Amino acid sequence: MAQRVKWTPYLLLLPSALYLAVFFAVPMVQAFGLAFQDADNNWSLDSWRAMFSDASFNEALLTTLLLIVVIIPVQFVMAMGMALVINAKLKFSGLWLYIYAIPLGISELAAGIIWYAIFTQQGWLNSFLQDFGLIDRPFIFLSYENQGWLILAIVMAEAWRATSIIMVILVAGLQGIPRDYLEAADVFGASFWQKVTRVILPMLRPSLQVALILRTILAFQAFAVVIALTGQAVTVLSAEAYRWYQDYRDPHVAAAYAAFILVLSITSTILFLWLLPTREEQMG
Amino acid sequence: MSTVTQPPDSDAGFRSMRQARGRWHILGRAGLYVLATLLALWVLFPIYLITITAFSPRDVVREYPKRVIPDEFSIESMDFFVNSTGVLPSLWNSVLVALITLVLSTVIGAPAGYALARFVFRGRDPYRLIILSTRAFPIVILSIPLAVTFLSWGIYDSIWAVALMHTALAMPFTVLITSSIFVSVPHDLEEAALTLGCTPLQAFLRVVMPLALPGLAAASIFTFVLSWNEVFAAVILTLQERTLPAQVLATLTSSPPHFRFAAAWFMLAPSLIFIFLIRRYLLGLWGRVSR
Repeated sequence: MAQRVKWTPYLLLLPSALYLAVFFAVPMVQAFGLAFQDADNNWSLDSWRAMFSDASFNEALLTTLLLIVVIIPVQFVMAMGMALVINAKLKFSGLWLYIYAIPLGISELAAGIIWYAIFTQQGWLNSFLQDFGLIDRPFIFLSYENQGWLILAIVMAEAWRATSIIMVILVAGLQGIPRDYLEAADVFGASFWQKVTRVILPMLRPSLQVALILRTILAFQAFAVVIALTGQAVTVLSAEAYRWYQDYRDPHVAAAYAAFILVLSITSTILFLWLLPTREEQMG
Repeated sequence: MSTVTQPPDSDAGFRSMRQARGRWHILGRAGLYVLATLLALWVLFPIYLITITAFSPRDVVREYPKRVIPDEFSIESMDFFVNSTGVLPSLWNSVLVALITLVLSTVIGAPAGYALARFVFRGRDPYRLIILSTRAFPIVILSIPLAVTFLSWGIYDSIWAVALMHTALAMPFTVLITSSIFVSVPHDLEEAALTLGCTPLQAFLRVVMPLALPGLAAASIFTFVLSWNEVFAAVILTLQERTLPAQVLATLTSSPPHFRFAAAWFMLAPSLIFIFLIRRYLLGLWGRVSR
């Protein structure tokens, strides 16, 4: 009996450990393997050279980083607003939570097409602007010449789609803050704003850190939103990986892109862990 | 006037301060409702727009400027989308892939979740940490090396290729979420069942499972949605055996607007229902996992 209990947990873990080894750890090593090999399986740096010297590489990298820098602050402000609304226990609190969580189930591709319907030449935005007499003929937002508008459209679509996940993490974090703390702040006459900056935000730090890491990883993989909204007019790193794999039939350069995205993701995670230490880490 | 025991002006000051507080409180409350409504509109309005677009006749879809209140309901676009080449088979593939993913990730991941929740053993915390840290990796990107592997295994361009990838994607979530579900099932009940003569398996099936089932169902629905929505891996790992998002993405540039809008609505609709079904579990599932 004792013997069985000793081994039981390991037996239960084994299938998942094997699965992750085969479909997560091995492909990760393989991504680097492929990226450092040429078409004849000789070790070489050709794929990396091809990637770095590719005309689209700089643009893809800059756009990916720009999107992260713009989208994430917008999303955190909105998610914080949503989380405070949920936490304030208004009437119909279940309904608010459901509505804010809806985009959690909406795919990147669907979100991209929805915002395409809004921004396209004969779309909703132009219709509204015309109704209000602000323009007299449709403005072409989504054209190669209007990079600013293209980026803005992607930002809107991403902010719309992926704020929910941050909201859910923040609400869970807020519910973990003991009510006594906020009541104590009330007793000492803290204003709403003081409560947010002095009590809520510091207590939320671990949740903020998790949300920030998760959201950044997802942003490095942004793909279908960009394609659905802009076609080829804007490119990001994962779209380049797709293009090299699908259009140029070169898995080696595609793998170099994949490996590059991996390195960027891990770097950003380490950066966030280092820049935003949670209390336990500070003490430890 | 009635206050004799206290200096009158300090009392009045206190009262007016309290009144001001109360006013601020009511104002703050009203402000919160305004904020709540604005944020809800931000989420719902685009869904409303795509819905009326998807259910307008083809010539109304092309119309400009568009009218916010539709005057004609039509399933013409939807009919055109569903009957376009490749859409129905890809829909079937999507459902199959999502079901295989759900079964595989639950069968493989839930035992690990149970082990993490119920046993204390050497390596438990490191394993938990490894599972947590997989989320710091863009797993979807791994479909490029996996495509090469699947080619050599002979399962490239099949629903199995996509389902295996999606299972890898869902696995960390399944392990963490099932673990938090099993933690919430009181251990005492399981021990009582053991004391009363159940075998560990019986105790698990008769006591733990019924209590864990609603949470597990919610987690499965979430896995289904994850797979139903995923497009990068699906489009990399298939050529003919597309899933629905992969099919839509691959034909996007060559398809007319009313096809795209109908497709977006079609992909979005199940999610509205699924999120509704699991709304009570969202905070429990994600919240506890991310702490």
